[in-house]
Amino acid sequence: MRSKTSIGKARHQNTDWPAQYRALAAHTRSPQLRAFYQAGCVAPDTAMAEVPLVALDFETTGLDPNRHSIVSIGVVPFTLQGIPLAQAWHQLVRPLLPLSRDSVAVHGITHSDLDQAPDLAEVLDTLFGYLNGRIPVVHYRAIERPFLNVALQWRLGEGIRFPVLDTMAIEAHLHPNRHPSRWQRLLGRQPVSIRLADSRGRYGLPHYPSHNALTDALATAELLQAQIQHHFRPDTPIRDLWL
Amino acid sequence: MQAELIDIRNHMAQYPPFDEMPEALLEQVVQSIEVQYFRAGSAILDFGQDSRWLYYIRSGAVEVFRRSGELYNRLGEGEIFGQIGLLMNKRVRFPARALEDTLVYRIPDATFQYLFEHDENFADFVEIEDRSRLRSALSRREKANDLMTARVTRLIARPTVWAPWTVRLQEAARIMTEQGVSALLLMDESTIPPRLKGIVTDRDLRTRAVTEALPSETPISDIMTSDLITIRSSAYIFEAMLTMLHNNVHHLPVMDGDEVRGVIALSDIVKYESQSSLYLVSNIHRQKDLKGLKRISQEVPDTFVRMVNEDANSHMIGSAMAGIGRSFTQRLLELGEEMLGPPPVPYCFMALGSMARDEQLVVTDQDNAMILDDRFVAEQHDAYFLALARFVSDGLAECGYTYCTGDIMATNPKWRQPLRVWQQYFTDWIEHPKAEALLNSNIFFDLDGIHGQTEFAETLKTLIAEKASHSQRFLTLLARNALNRTPPLGFFRTFVLEEDGQHRKTFNLKRRGTAPLSDLIRVHALACGSRAQNSFERLRDIGKTKLLLEDDLGNLRDALEFISIVRIRHQALAIEAGRKPDNNVQPEDLSPFERSHLKDAFQVVSNAQKFLRFRYNAQVGRNAQ
Repeated sequence: MRSKTSIGKARHQNTDWPAQYRALAAHTRSPQLRAFYQAGCVAPDTAMAEVPLVALDFETTGLDPNRHSIVSIGVVPFTLQGIPLAQAWHQLVRPLLPLSRDSVAVHGITHSDLDQAPDLAEVLDTLFGYLNGRIPVVHYRAIERPFLNVALQWRLGEGIRFPVLDTMAIEAHLHPNRHPSRWQRLLGRQPVSIRLADSRGRYGLPHYPSHNALTDALATAELLQAQIQHHFRPDTPIRDLWL
Repeated sequence: MQAELIDIRNHMAQYPPFDEMPEALLEQVVQSIEVQYFRAGSAILDFGQDSRWLYYIRSGAVEVFRRSGELYNRLGEGEIFGQIGLLMNKRVRFPARALEDTLVYRIPDATFQYLFEHDENFADFVEIEDRSRLRSALSRREKANDLMTARVTRLIARPTVWAPWTVRLQEAARIMTEQGVSALLLMDESTIPPRLKGIVTDRDLRTRAVTEALPSETPISDIMTSDLITIRSSAYIFEAMLTMLHNNVHHLPVMDGDEVRGVIALSDIVKYESQSSLYLVSNIHRQKDLKGLKRISQEVPDTFVRMVNEDANSHMIGSAMAGIGRSFTQRLLELGEEMLGPPPVPYCFMALGSMARDEQLVVTDQDNAMILDDRFVAEQHDAYFLALARFVSDGLAECGYTYCTGDIMATNPKWRQPLRVWQQYFTDWIEHPKAEALLNSNIFFDLDGIHGQTEFAETLKTLIAEKASHSQRFLTLLARNALNRTPPLGFFRTFVLEEDGQHRKTFNLKRRGTAPLSDLIRVHALACGSRAQNSFERLRDIGKTKLLLEDDLGNLRDALEFISIVRIRHQALAIEAGRKPDNNVQPEDLSPFERSHLKDAFQVVSNAQKFLRFRYNAQVGRNAQ
C-alpha cells in the first residue's frame, strides 16, 4: 500500500488516451470492449469540471488479481458538480476462486450471499453501461483496474486499458513526506495515513461504515470533489491527474 | 433504494422533518439525492440564482444570510436550507456559504414539491419560519445543548468492534487493545445477521480477569455480561444517559431491532456535553449510608446551577433533577431493605407529581406512595412497610426533600395499600368523581413506579388511560380544578396586573404559570388516553389526536418551556446569591426580554384555559391565588 508514485511522475500521464482508445477499438474482438473504446475518452486538456466521472470500487477476496476474485462491485457515476445517488449501482458477483475466511470477515459478505450471485460475465453489459464515456475514479489503483483486466481476460479473452483518477495517489502526492524520520518520530510526529477514511477525515468528510463497495465508491467520489476544491481548480486539465 | 445507501437514510432519519417520515417515502428522498462537497468559505447559494434544490447538511456548517448580507442563521449537521426559495418564487432569497468544509445532500425541487404535497409534517416543518416570536426566542437556547434532541446514533463514530463469542480471553484482550476500544461485543455468528450474545468491557478485564488471575485460554463467555442492557437507535442521547445511570453501566449497545448499530460509552456522552448531574447520580448509588447521602445532597443545588449555566433546557433540568430525586429514593429503599431484611411481599414504590412527570426543580417536597402485592395482610406485613416508608421519608427529608404538607407519602396508611385497593381508588376517582376529593387526588394522576415491582404502577397507568377518557364528568371536574389558578393578566415594570384590576408586587411562577399549564395538559392527555407523565410527552401524545391544533400545541410547548426556564433561572440566581430559592418573582427582577415573552406565554396559558373551559364544559371556574 506504500505507493511512492506521485501523480507528477506517472508513466501514464503523457499517454494520449483518446488515440489509444481509437486504436484499441479497431483491434478488439469483443463487442462489449469495442463499444467501451468507441464511447471514447475525453481529451487530455479537458477541464476536470467537464469530465464525466465514475467512482469504482471492488471488494475482492485478496490483493492479487491472478489469485483472488472480485466479490462485489460498487459504481457511482458523478461529476464535480454532483453525485446523483439514483444512478448508484451495487452488485455482488460470484467469485471463480474459493472465498477465504479472512475476507469474509472484512466484507461481511457470506458464502450463501455469493452462491446466489451472478458471474461477472452476466452483469458486464450493466457495468459497461456505467463505464462507457466516463473516467473511472478509484482509491488505490492497484485493485480495480488490474482485477477488471484479469477478469475480462478470463471471460472475453482480452484485457482492458483505461486511465484512472486515484484519490490515494493524489493524497500521496500531497503528503510526500508522510513517513516521519526517526528524528521526527522522537518529536512525536505521526505518519500521515492516506487510507480512504483517514484521507476523508482531513477534508471534514463524514465517517462511513467501510468495506462495502458502494459506500466506498461514494466515499471516493466525495473525496475527489474535496481534493479538487482544496488543492486544484475546476479548470485543472485531467491530464494533470489521470494515471 | 440500494440497501448500501442505508447509512444515508439512517442519518437523515435522525433529524426532523425526516425523522417522522414514513420509511418508503424517505427512501424515495434518498434515491433522489445528489451529493456535493463545499470547501470552507465557498458559496453554496447566490442571491437571485434559480432555486432548484433543498439542501441537507450531512457534515460541516453553513451560514445563511439575508439579502442585506446580515447573518440570518447558522446551521449544522442534519439541518436543511434553501426551502424558502423553493416555496416562494424559485429564486434564492437567502444566500448560503460553507462555514466549514461541508458535505450536502441536495434534494431536487420535484422531490421537495412532492414531499410538500404529500407529507404534512414535512410541509409544516419547512413552512414554519419565524412564525412566533416566542419560538425564535427559544431556538437559540435549544441549539446550545442537544442532548435532548440529538439521537444516540450521532455518538457512533466507528464501525462496531466485535468478535465471535467463542473467543478466548487473550484474543479478546488483544482485539480490544489493537482496536483501542473499551468494550467488545460478542456475537453468535451461527445466525444471519449475527446475534448479540454479550459484552465485555475493560472494566471486566481488570476486575475479573486480572484480579482473579484467570488463564488466558478462559472462554470469554465466562466473564462476559450476557444480561444485556441495550438502547434502541432512535433514542435520544439523554435517554441513553439515564439508562446508563439507572443500570450503572458504562457501555450501551445501540440496536436497530435485533441488529447492532454500534456501541456508545458514558465517556462519549461526557465528551459530547459535560454533564455534572451524571457524576452526582452515580455517586448517590455508591453511598453506603444515610450520612453519605445527606452529604451528597448538599451538591444538588450546585449541580442545578451548573446545568442552568450550561444552558440546558427545562425538560433536561427537570428530568435530571427528577433523576437525582429518584436515585436518592432508590438508594434509601435499598438501604432500608438491607436494614429491615427483604420485603415480606413484593411492593412498588411510586413517585407522584413533579418527580413522576420528570419536571422536578430544587425547591420540592416529597410525594410518594406504596403499592403492595395483593397478598398483603396488614396485621402481618404492615409493620415492615411502615418502617420502610418512615426510613425513606425521614431520609428524604434529611436530604432536602421536605415532608409533604398534604401528607401524600407512603407513611400515610391510606397511601400504602395493595394493588386492588389502588385500583379501587382510581376507579372511584374516575367513575364517581367528587369535586373536593379530586382536588386532592390530582397529584395521583402523575405517577411513576421507581422501585420494586414497577409493573404495579404500569397496571395503574393502564387503568387510568382506559377509564379516564370515557368519564365525561371526571374530565369536567378535573378541567374545573385546572382552572382554579389563572395567570396574571399582564405586568409592568413594577407591578402585576390581575384580572380584577388589582395591582400586586410579586407573582408566583409555579402557581400562576407552570402548574396551571401542567394541569391543563394533564386533562387533555387523560382525555386522549395518553399514558405519558411528562408534560412535553403528553403534548406529543395529544398532537397525535385532533384534540388541539398543531399551532396551539406548539404554543403550549413554548409557553411551558419559557415559563419553566424563567422559573429555573430565578431559582438559580437565588442559589448563586446565597438566598433560599423560591417561586415568587417581582417584575423588576426580570429583563425586558423576559417580561415581554412572559406576557406572550401567559396569554397562551389564558387562551388555553378558555378552550379547556369550553371543551370540557367546565364553566364554574374560581379564581384563587
